[in-house]
Amino acid sequence: METPLTQHISFDRPCYSLRDYEKNGGYQALRKALSLSPENITNIVQASDLKGRGGAGFNTGMKWSFVPMNGHYPVKYLIANADEMEPGTFKDRMLMEGNPHQLIEGMIISAFAIQANISYIFLRWAYKKAGRLLKHAMDEAYAAGYLGKNILGTGYNLEMYLHTGVGRYICGEETALLNALEGKRATPRAKPPFPQVSGLFGKPTIVNNVETLCNIPHIINNGPDWFKSLGKGNDAGTKIYGVSGRVKRPGLWELPMGVSMRELIDDCAGGMANGYGFRGALPGGASTDFLVKEHLDINLDYKSVAAAGSRLGTGTMIILDDHTCPVGFVHNLEHFFAQESCGWCTPCREGLPWTEKILLSIERGEGKPEDLDLLDMHTRFLGPGNTFCALAPGAMEPLQSALKYFREDFEKHIDQKKCPWR
Amino acid sequence: MVRIYIDQKPYDVKPGKNLLETCLTLGLDLPYFCWHPAMGSVGACRQCAVKVFKDENDRTGRLVMACMEGVRDNMYLSVNDPTAHDFRSQNIEWLMSNHPHDCAVCDEGGSCHLQDMTVMTGHAYRRYRYPKRTYQNQYLGPFLHHEMNRCIQCYRCVRFYKDYAGGKDLDVFAAHNHVYFGREKDGVLENEFSGNLAEVCPTGVFTDKTLREHYTRKWDMTMAPSICQHCSLGCNIIAGERYGALRQITNRFNGAVNGYFICDRGRYGYEFVNDPDRVKQPAVRAENDGGNLFESISSILAEGKMIGIGSPRASLEANFALRRLVGEEHFYQGIPENEARLMSKILSIQLSGHVYTPPLKETEYADVVLVLGEDPTNSAPRLALALRQAVRTKPLEDMAGSNIPLWHDAAVRELIQDDKGALFMAYPVHTKLDELAYGTLHAAPEDIARFGFAIAHYIDSNAPVPESMDAQALESAKHIADLLQKAERPLIVSGTTLFNEDIIQAAYQIGRALEKGEKKAGLSFVMPECNSAGLAMMQAPSLHAAMKAAEGGTFATAVILENDLYRRAARAEVDNFFRAFKNIIVLDHLQNDTTSKATVLIPAATFAEGEGTLVNNELRAQRFFQVFMPKNEHIRESWRWLDEFGQFRLGTMPGDLRELDNLVEELVGAMPQFKGVESAAPSADFRINGQRIPREPHRFSGRTAILANVAVSEPKPPQDTDSPLSFTMEGYRGMPPAPLTPFYWSPGWNSGQSVHKYQSEAGGPLRGGDPGVRLAGEGLFSVNGAPSHIPAAFKRQEQAMALVPLAHIFGSDELSVHSPSVEGRSPRPYIALGSRDAERLQAVEGDILQMRIAGQVFDLPLILKNELPEGLAGLPYNLPSMSGIAWPAQGVLTKTGL
Repeated sequence: METPLTQHISFDRPCYSLRDYEKNGGYQALRKALSLSPENITNIVQASDLKGRGGAGFNTGMKWSFVPMNGHYPVKYLIANADEMEPGTFKDRMLMEGNPHQLIEGMIISAFAIQANISYIFLRWAYKKAGRLLKHAMDEAYAAGYLGKNILGTGYNLEMYLHTGVGRYICGEETALLNALEGKRATPRAKPPFPQVSGLFGKPTIVNNVETLCNIPHIINNGPDWFKSLGKGNDAGTKIYGVSGRVKRPGLWELPMGVSMRELIDDCAGGMANGYGFRGALPGGASTDFLVKEHLDINLDYKSVAAAGSRLGTGTMIILDDHTCPVGFVHNLEHFFAQESCGWCTPCREGLPWTEKILLSIERGEGKPEDLDLLDMHTRFLGPGNTFCALAPGAMEPLQSALKYFREDFEKHIDQKKCPWR
Repeated sequence: MVRIYIDQKPYDVKPGKNLLETCLTLGLDLPYFCWHPAMGSVGACRQCAVKVFKDENDRTGRLVMACMEGVRDNMYLSVNDPTAHDFRSQNIEWLMSNHPHDCAVCDEGGSCHLQDMTVMTGHAYRRYRYPKRTYQNQYLGPFLHHEMNRCIQCYRCVRFYKDYAGGKDLDVFAAHNHVYFGREKDGVLENEFSGNLAEVCPTGVFTDKTLREHYTRKWDMTMAPSICQHCSLGCNIIAGERYGALRQITNRFNGAVNGYFICDRGRYGYEFVNDPDRVKQPAVRAENDGGNLFESISSILAEGKMIGIGSPRASLEANFALRRLVGEEHFYQGIPENEARLMSKILSIQLSGHVYTPPLKETEYADVVLVLGEDPTNSAPRLALALRQAVRTKPLEDMAGSNIPLWHDAAVRELIQDDKGALFMAYPVHTKLDELAYGTLHAAPEDIARFGFAIAHYIDSNAPVPESMDAQALESAKHIADLLQKAERPLIVSGTTLFNEDIIQAAYQIGRALEKGEKKAGLSFVMPECNSAGLAMMQAPSLHAAMKAAEGGTFATAVILENDLYRRAARAEVDNFFRAFKNIIVLDHLQNDTTSKATVLIPAATFAEGEGTLVNNELRAQRFFQVFMPKNEHIRESWRWLDEFGQFRLGTMPGDLRELDNLVEELVGAMPQFKGVESAAPSADFRINGQRIPREPHRFSGRTAILANVAVSEPKPPQDTDSPLSFTMEGYRGMPPAPLTPFYWSPGWNSGQSVHKYQSEAGGPLRGGDPGVRLAGEGLFSVNGAPSHIPAAFKRQEQAMALVPLAHIFGSDELSVHSPSVEGRSPRPYIALGSRDAERLQAVEGDILQMRIAGQVFDLPLILKNELPEGLAGLPYNLPSMSGIAWPAQGVLTKTGL
């Protein structure tokens, strides 16, 4: 089983320096890419069927193909979205701390593909170690001529900057990230216009997730067919899957796209911890719908998870066990989402705190039967398109599925006027 | 036109618009908050949700925000769709989850957009049962009251204040459901357009603090369409009264002039009307007193020759009535010689046919702007707001290929970022617009004029070039000339503020050079007062000419119309002038130094108590209407008094007094340059279905009780003989013609947001055309053919400082400083010097310096303005304690021993 993303990652030793990375084949993909035409790279990436690993799952090469390449735009940007703040998600951290050069190489190739001359890594504030390692790796890359002017004598220039955010979930939304990077409030922007046309400082911009960008060198090195062959079913490549919650071995694993949920939980994470049973899981971070026992055999690829009523999201799973109150669990999530709402649009700003308050009152035994109607209403009206961005619709995913799969738990709280788990 | 289907009905609509403005234009009620016709869409409030269908067979559709979706041909949508309706109603419930239940004690109640939209969506019962969010309010200065708990976070305030008006001290703080709109800490809101927040805010977060001092609900006010009195731009306003006091000024939309916004001087300057120092009754000095006012006046009027001194702050009708009373040859403009010369020059340029004077609103679309010797923020504030929009014109045009519609404000701002069109500012000191400027010149007025002549020379090499200009200035002039020539709609702004004729000539010279057949450059002139242009068009000699004429006691009587001459000329000159008369009749509304000289003092109506016409700086004649009949029957329009005097003089007894329309008719007959004034508004006999237009909303309360303390029977309402408006709540309830619209109201739309119902399309001109008539000034002036006189460069003098007047939005206008709120924002007297001059005097900021100007002595604290050229000092223009300086002036400056 090939694990291109993590092949050079080991936490038993310091991460590779530039020399070690080069010794192990690092920056060969960049050398190859610089000999190709930018359009050719985009075509290769598009053909590889690499889908964005940040959660939305959009074809990366197709996203790049929307960037105008007609020479009318002298300034373009490439941005690595390293603001990993989805609860339960810590895969990008592992990639950055484990092998920062892999990200940098992926970014240079991607920037070259869209002919951007400025790139940013928008890093989550709390990722101090990743920040240190990236800075060091960038310095090495500059010194070696992989960054800066006239890269490897090709005439291509690329500056790279490391920007740390201040720790807002909404900055993971690519347009809010752009506003934050411009020094403005981290409020999402309306789409259209898309960042590929009017992005950072109004210039064509590509924002890609760290894991997405880390795949690029391998696709260039080995070709799209190789990449496709890595996946098990519907989707191409490998994926960093994760499991957190009451399992024997929580952690991250690079697995072929489309591994089954049962394999991930039982084989990789060692099954549920002793004394705990499985009730459900959020398959790809806090903003995805619960999957329950009946879904254990589905494959974790974009299409299959969607067919089961959820989203692959970031591919890092949070397990709900049978000793944990689902209402309290969801309340905790809604507290997070309400707090992380940017405050721009009404439904999200006012609706999320309301759902949080309802859930808290149900959890405290103060709920009323009509509260469930109000929660249902919110899951309906905070749907995609009704709010300005995807934050509130994402926040409704665990709630709506909890109401579907664990409704009796909600009702018990209301009937018994207390939390049955306390 | 494209065809769209709304709830299955076909409509042909304008392409390029969004669905919200389209629905509003079609008269459909669709609720909204964050969208504003002047500020576009951002999609924040989610209130205007509608359903859009893929095609005519699609029954599912999807919810979209109407403000964020452009119309497309063959588009199917539904406003009444149950899901869309429920979502809109739910959205209101969300907004209401934290909104206080305080409508009954809220200043906005009854003219609240949030109330209207709440009713419109049908939301009535609030299911939210948790504690509401609360905030601390802030002190924001004398203009606005802050009540953050009412906020529905539509972001309009910051979008107006920061993005539109360039304010720096209001912002949105914090996040999620704690977002806070206010200042970084308590303090006076600094922006000159802050008062618009009271109208921009859809609820009661920002409310008019001066209204609060004498609060009245909108529906309880008697209102009339009016014209702002506080600068030359003639912004349209609505003035409201109750119990004999003027309560509030709000913006009156005029698509050609002020659009949706007015400045704070215009909004808050009204309180001079309520000043306790009003002239309340006619007074005759004892030695003239025949016991009976009319007899006294009759005998005075019969006594020898009269001289009449007009006023740039009095209406055309009042000035004309005076001119008729004293005779054309004895009528003088009440302005100093210098100002009269500047005004006459400006008029001759405007009427020359070689340049174009754009209406105020049009200046927003200029692509290159050159401001010569003006600080519009202080001398014509609404123009500064327009120029702030003008710098966006070029970038907006450049983005034409981007497929981003202009109404999509957020996307537009993201795309154009800080790109600006070219604006050049030339003024002796820094101005607020400098921050937007591509280039600035801080120089003496002479050098600003020379700079202008140099620009003209680089456009048209036949125009003379100023001698001995330094290379850098020439380079800069050449560059500006180049940009002006390439511009589609170049605009040059100059005016009277620095009292420099050469600057005006230079502006004209540039305009001439740019003239290409039919295509003419835009020239906007800032003038001193609200009717400066109207007065100047009467072509009477100046105050100084009057002084000369009065020498030797030629005249027995002077009639001074609404004019404090001590603000126009040096004290000694005016004293001397007054000594030449036996009788001095003064008509005015406020006590001042001139009224104290009166032998007969006549209480004149202010703009709120009478009708009249003003001519603004683009020569637009606009009618203002009486807001209320003063309880004090002595207070009458100056023109009515003067007309009455005329009758006395002819020996007829008052009875057959003229109405406004007769006077206007006579005015146009006597002075054809005023042709058009008669159609500035419908005449007094105008009726719709036989009905007058009521000044009071149909919900006006207390009609039968309002005077019950005087008499229990309801008095007959006052009759208005001069306009088609009535002082009642009865009358025509439909939409009156634009110049006669006393307030904006439409069923379900109680707040001022209802203005779109009065527009031909949402955000567009008013139905039937925007009010006002541009005067062509028929046969008035021949083309100004005088050769250009290029002044010598400014040189520092050893003995004296050259002085420049520095205009202040709060302080330089005579009437508005009587408003306590405006007075509180006025600067104290000061003298501004550059660093070199301060060093020479060994003075530091705050030191008291003594300035002697033509016999007057001022002790003034020093303010350093390092950009001031050496030898030039700035003084605040026309502060109450510093008026009467003959500009341009010189003074001798010493450091006092204090």
